[in-house]
Amino acid sequence: MTTREVPAAPVAPVAPGTEPAAVQSVSWLRRVHARRWEILRWLSPLAVLLLWQAGSAWGLIDPEVLPAPQTIAEAGIELIGNGQLAEALRISGVRAAEGLLLGGIIGTTLGALVGFSKWADATVDPTMQMIRALPHLGLIPLFIVWFGIGELPKVLMVALGAAFPLYLNTSSAIRQVDPKLFETAAVLGFSPLQRLRTVVIPSAAPQVLVGLRQSLAISWLTLIVAEQINADSGVGYLINNARDFLRIDVIIFGLVVYALLGIITDALVRVLERRALRYRA
Amino acid sequence: MTTLYDAATEAPAVAEPPAAELRSVSKWYGGNRVLDDVTLRVQRGEIVALVGRSGSGKSTILRVLSGLAGDFRGQRTVQGAPAVAFQEPRLFPWRSVRDNVRYGLTRTKLSRAESLSRADQALAEVGLADKAQAWPLTLSGGQAQRVSLARALVAEPQLLLLDEPFGALDALTRLSMHRLLLNLWRQHNFGVLLVTHDVDEAIALADTIVVLEHGRVAHTLPIENPRQPHGLRDRHTDDYRAELLAQLGV
Repeated sequence: MTTREVPAAPVAPVAPGTEPAAVQSVSWLRRVHARRWEILRWLSPLAVLLLWQAGSAWGLIDPEVLPAPQTIAEAGIELIGNGQLAEALRISGVRAAEGLLLGGIIGTTLGALVGFSKWADATVDPTMQMIRALPHLGLIPLFIVWFGIGELPKVLMVALGAAFPLYLNTSSAIRQVDPKLFETAAVLGFSPLQRLRTVVIPSAAPQVLVGLRQSLAISWLTLIVAEQINADSGVGYLINNARDFLRIDVIIFGLVVYALLGIITDALVRVLERRALRYRA
Repeated sequence: MTTLYDAATEAPAVAEPPAAELRSVSKWYGGNRVLDDVTLRVQRGEIVALVGRSGSGKSTILRVLSGLAGDFRGQRTVQGAPAVAFQEPRLFPWRSVRDNVRYGLTRTKLSRAESLSRADQALAEVGLADKAQAWPLTLSGGQAQRVSLARALVAEPQLLLLDEPFGALDALTRLSMHRLLLNLWRQHNFGVLLVTHDVDEAIALADTIVVLEHGRVAHTLPIENPRQPHGLRDRHTDDYRAELLAQLGV
């Protein structure tokens, strides 16, 4: 983000069509120079892609191990064309959304309770910390035994993973609400509900959104793992199925899809974050 | 109860009740008695300064008067809802300056348009009409404190409680804040209880200075010809300062 804020070099106000060629090239160079870090950031991944493509074309990279970027892109176009990707995305998206919603509600509610009340802190928090200490991905076999291999264990796995970042961030965000602002609201005659709306929620929001970003990342990660183990639909199924047919291009495309899902949803929360923090000069 | 109205027995002081009054107020924190039989009165249109060392109970009196500390013994009478301005401006950073001032109208049931115009008017009175849309974090310390004053005064209270409101400001800003406070006070005629540790500030602003010591009212010092403009200071002012400093044990 910061690299984009580099101002473009000032361009001399010359009437269009009248500037000499030398002036034109100098101003172009200046503009490139001003944005050199941004350009450089794009350059290295592009170079890796180009090397990869060239290595594949020259036969240096075995297509059975790592197909060319072009092949992967073609596999993607095929999956988009026959509608398989859209269907898989819909199913995986619903799983992630349901899990995140369930885990998010549990995490923020318990976090709020623990943040507000010492009593809840003493009773709820130790249990939450105990559960948190378990590696939740390791619970997959247990969840299969308990809930079978349908949608339920996958959604519950995502919920379990997503609950904790929101729980931890919400409870600490609420503990950090400035008591002086709370007192000020009381002096101004705010009811408890108004204090919640005008003091607690706005001051806790930025940190809760940090929790949401972490929960989102964990949701996708959990879903990827859960879909690897047992799935007959979704992006994970697409990948597993491709493994059986040795379609490495489809496997890699599926991974790219997961990555894009993570990046896009994270960017959406960052938009919310920026809005919640727009008052910070 | 007689039906006859006897004008002669009607004392003039009864005509207008004080803006705030504490009668024999005591308060404990844990085992410590922080206020010990405090009796204090602020009339409308009067400025009372409360001076004392740290821990003498100044802020506790203000908390009792503002209603923040409900657990005390004795009698508290306040006309209307008191307004408070603290040492820190305590603005809500996620609300614009104008919306912060509108928070002062929470108790009143005004339409949105009406509260907006009252807020803008209050901002104009503290000289910040052009900052209505600004975020609080973009303001200087003095500007933020003026917004805090506007928020306190927008509901036209009869009592303004000030908890060392100018203590964190630089000397020049403090002087212009004194002038602003006096202008607003002359215009709206509310009673002021000013908690301060600055003896000169107390002498410059107050009608009466109350010295607090270990939770008790140790001295009450009425100021003759209060609020002399700067430059007209005479021996008089120096006498008050000497007396107060002696009472504070400095």
